[in-house]
Parts: sequence; C-alpha cells; structure tokens
Amino acid sequence: MTTAAAIHMQNILFAYQPAKTILQIDDFSIPAGGRVFLHGPSGSGKTTLLSLISGILVAQQGIVTVLGEHLAKLSPSARDRLRGSQIGYIFQGFNLIPYLTVAENIALPCELHDTRRARISEPTIAKEVTRLARRLDIDTHLNKPVTQLSTGQQQRVAIARALIGSPALVIADEPTSSLDTDRRDAFLALLTEAIEEARKRDNADTTLLFVSHDRSLATHFDHIFSLSDINTASQPQEVNA
Amino acid sequence: MILLRLAFKSLRARALTTTLTVFSIALSMMLLVGVDRLRDAAQAGFSGTLSKTDLIVGARGGGLPLLLSSVFHIGNASNNISWESYQHFAHHPAVAWTIPISMGDSYHGYRVIATDDNFYAHYKYRKDKSLKIVRGHTPEEIFDVALGAEVASRLHLSLGQHIILAHGIESKSIINHDTTPFAVVGILAPTATPVDRAVYITLLGDEAMHFGWTDGTPPAIGEAVPKLDPSKLKVDEITCFLLGTKSRISTLYLQREINTYKPETLTAIIPAFTLQELWGLLDYADTALSLVCVAVLVVGLLAMLIALYTALNERRREIAILRAIGLHARQIFILFLIESTLIATVGTAVGIAAVYVLLFLLRTTVENYFGLPIALVGLSTRVEYYALATIVAGALLGTVPAFRAYRNSLADGLNAQ
Repeated sequence: MTTAAAIHMQNILFAYQPAKTILQIDDFSIPAGGRVFLHGPSGSGKTTLLSLISGILVAQQGIVTVLGEHLAKLSPSARDRLRGSQIGYIFQGFNLIPYLTVAENIALPCELHDTRRARISEPTIAKEVTRLARRLDIDTHLNKPVTQLSTGQQQRVAIARALIGSPALVIADEPTSSLDTDRRDAFLALLTEAIEEARKRDNADTTLLFVSHDRSLATHFDHIFSLSDINTASQPQEVNA
Repeated sequence: MILLRLAFKSLRARALTTTLTVFSIALSMMLLVGVDRLRDAAQAGFSGTLSKTDLIVGARGGGLPLLLSSVFHIGNASNNISWESYQHFAHHPAVAWTIPISMGDSYHGYRVIATDDNFYAHYKYRKDKSLKIVRGHTPEEIFDVALGAEVASRLHLSLGQHIILAHGIESKSIINHDTTPFAVVGILAPTATPVDRAVYITLLGDEAMHFGWTDGTPPAIGEAVPKLDPSKLKVDEITCFLLGTKSRISTLYLQREINTYKPETLTAIIPAFTLQELWGLLDYADTALSLVCVAVLVVGLLAMLIALYTALNERRREIAILRAIGLHARQIFILFLIESTLIATVGTAVGIAAVYVLLFLLRTTVENYFGLPIALVGLSTRVEYYALATIVAGALLGTVPAFRAYRNSLADGLNAQ
C-alpha cells in the first residue's frame, strides 16, 4: 500500500487475557479516501479491531497508524481527541444519547471538538445540523427526543452525527443489522452518497470503513477485505462481534 | 461546560428518580437546618423567660433552686425573706425597682403568686416584652385575682367568676381557702413563658387567705376564727423578689452586698447566668437531636448513591457512545461526579429555602404557641457548614458511581450493548 494509508496495522498482537490471542495481524492497510468493506462473521474480532483502530484499546504488540498518527505513541487522551475529531463512528443500533434531542445528538461532536466545528460548511452548528438533517430526510424530527424515532430514522441521525464536521475516517460497525432488507440498501445508498457529497463539498479524502457479516452488501464498495484473511489468530468462540 | 449540560439533561431525563433523590436530600437538609434554627429559638426563648431583671433575691440557698422556684414555679423556696429586709433593698439607692413574690398556694396545680403592681410594670420577658392584660385589669382589691393565659383557657375561666384557691402547691390539696373566694378581674396575654401558668393576687390577698393562721396551719376546728379585718392585714414575709438596678454596672456589687447582708442571710443570683447554666444541662438532648438529623442526612445521601449506582447499568450504552465521539474516560468520571454534585447542591438549596420559607410563615405561630422566638437571620455559619458538608459529602459519594462508570468505559470501550 502507499504511504497515503488511512489505517495501517503491522505485526499486531492483541489479547484480552494472556495466551488467548484474539487478533494477530501481520500487515493490513486501508487506503485514504477508500470505500472499504470489511467482512467479518460474528466472533471474528471485528469490534476488537475497531477498538484498536479508534484508539480505545492498545495492541500489546505492533504498530497501529491511523491518519498518520502512531496510536501507541499518543497519550490516552490524545487518542480520545483523535477519535473524537477525526473519526465518525456509527454503531449497530442504539446510536444516540437518549436524553438529548435529535439536533443535540447530531451537534455533539462539534460541541466537543473545535477541529470538527471548524470544518463545518455552514456558518453555525445549528445550520449545519439542519443541512445534514435535510439531506438525510430527518429535518422534521430535529427537536424531538430520539426515543420517538424509528430505528431507520435513528440510524440516519447516526450518519449525520458521524459526518458532521467532516471527519477523515468514518467507521460503521454493522449499522444495517437492525434494519430490514429494503431499508438496508436505502441506508447504504444514503451513507455512501452522503460521504461522496462530503468529499466533494470539503474537498476531503474521507475514508469509509464499513464492517459487516453480510457479504451481499459488499457490492457498494471499492475495496473488500475479509477479517478471516487478515487475522491469523485462531478464533475463540466467546468473543462477541 | 458541555459536561455540565450533559449532566443536567441526563438528570432531567430521569426526572422522577432525580426529583425523588433531590427531595430526600432536601428533606434531610430541612430537618437539619430546621432543628438548628429551632434550637437557637429554644435557647433564645429559654433565656428570654425572664429579662431585664438583674438579680433574683431569695433566702439562703442554691442559685438553681431559687431560679426554678421563682421563675419556673418548680420546687419550693427553702425559706422566706422578712419584709424588713425586702424594704431595705427596695429602697436601696442603686435599685430601680423590685418585684416582691410570695408563693405557697395553688389553684388546680397552678401556682398562686402574690405580688404587687411592680410585677405588671417591670416584669419583662424576651428582651423587652411587658406583660399585658387582655381583659379586665390588674388585681387591686384584696380578693382580686388575675389569671395567666393558659390557666384561663385550660380551666375555661372568665372575668367575674369566683375561684377558691388551695393551700399548698400539690395539685390535690387537702386544705382549701373556702372562706376567701377570689374574683377573677383580669386575664393576662399569652407570653409562652411560665407566666401563663400561674394566677396572680395581691400581697395582702395572700395574707387575707391565711388570716388567723398560726405557723402555716389554719385555726383548729372549734377554735374561734377571727373575723377578717382588712386594716389589720400586713405583710410579714415574702418568698423572694426580683430586682432591677439603676445601672447594670452596680449589679455585681449589689449582689455581693445582698449575699453578705448581716441582718438576714440572703442569696442573690444573676438570672441570665443561672438560665445559661440550666440550659447547659439540657444540652445533651440537643446533641442527640442533631445526631438524629445527621443520620437522616446520611440516609438521604445514600439514597442518592443508590439511585445513581443502579442507573449505571442501563447507561453503559450511553457511555460507549460518549467514548466513541471522543470523551475521555476521565470526562466520563467528571460527568457522573457533576450529576451527584448537582443533586446534592440542588437538594441542599431546596431544603434550606423550604425550611426558611416555612419558618418565615410559621414564626409568629411558633413564637406565640411554643414560646420559640425564631430569629430571621440569614444563613448562620453553622447552616453554611451543614450545606457545604452536604455538598462535599454528595460529591464524595458521587465518586463511587463515577469511578464505576470510569471503569466501565475503559473495560467496555465501544462494546457495551
């Protein structure tokens, strides 16, 4: 891979308990600006991998470089800062803070990180939230509590929150598993379109890392990896994806 | 700032639990501050039982028994004072006024106090409140009696009624002064002091009741009862007297002069000191009450701890999301700490505000009925300490769920379901 890799992992060894290696990755790179599909069945260590990339966990061995930063060399709070300001994260389900409104949920990364606030294209955060919400067709729900939204709407709010302030890397961890098949495709189309637009708008090299056990989704992506190919550790069963 | 907003909104979202927790702390605080204010009021009310009186003079004896018998009508004076000695000090150049008091009879368990007009003119309680007659007038004739407020209301007595006083101070007296009924001519305004629990006659009235008696016993059956001749009545002895000096500076030397008075052995006490001494005896009850209040406060804080701790499990998801958007584990800790501190602070503020409003609204009632003058002071230093201690304790207890949340955030990462 080139030096313009968004994520680069080398000689990684990770175990929650000694002698139970969960991840062993010799060399894995994700190109900057790529739309990457990572296939991984349940229990293949997906969430652990994503935790390593987002700097929540640190590998016992090896080098993880994310957006040019050598994670192990950063302090924990610097890793938190990098994650908050450069990575948009979409969970499988229950993506939202229950006690905040839709608009407050979307705006949260900008409230926390100046770098993300600085990158919004509208003059104020509120306008940027409205613009994103309109694009994702949730603008009529902005002042509602998130509990009143359908699952599909909630996942769209999650996209808006992941994309606001144009982070360089968007990670989606099984974001479609709580949606039915029709909505799954619509969601995926919306996600890739929104990222495409963000790229054009901000002239950025936004990388999308999409993780799923569902191979049928892979057609939407430029690069396809399988975790079982990357991870050479034998898979323990109790790890939850 | 964002953390404060998050904490606030998260508490608001759990409105019921938050309100109940705030309420429990507010209640504890109300109790603590309420007891504190009432204790001050009790002390003020107690030391205000008698004021402006510089000395109480009685026969030789202890200071406390003299105070108890003369002011609180508890127990008996050991001995009497001769009228001559009383006159000597009543006309002493340093003395402004005196109130003679003769006791020994009772009416339905209430003391009969024989005194003169000086009592109504100079007796002061709670700094500078004078006695007032609500109905009728002060006793002037020999068989006139004025009633304390409680006596009048408890025994349903009204002006013009005639009452028979009993000899001795036991509530079931063997000897009644049947031949000398007294007419109710006045009723005193309530004072919430022992004044309410006595009836008042003139000094000569006291003598008239015991006319023809020798050595404290009535004429024996068959013995000729002398006909009462008012012109022959004269006061030989009194039980004690209250004294006001012209200048308070002279109190101490006057006290020494009375205590060393040669013709008769007398005791003079400074009521303010002795009242304080007596209050000191009651202090342990007050300490016990305060301890109970502190215990209630601890329970209130523990309720908060439980509420926050039980909410932790359902908030793991929330913590994972906050971590994903870049909150440090440290900030998670602070978020939870802010929540507990907010609860403790709001609870404390609500409690103090509520108790002050309550005391403000009820202060006249409490003062009139219970004799507890509630001082409308701002936050006393002690209340400030209580408030501060509660908030600090709330914050300290808050570190328990906060640390748990911090540990969760490290252990779960983005993985909490």
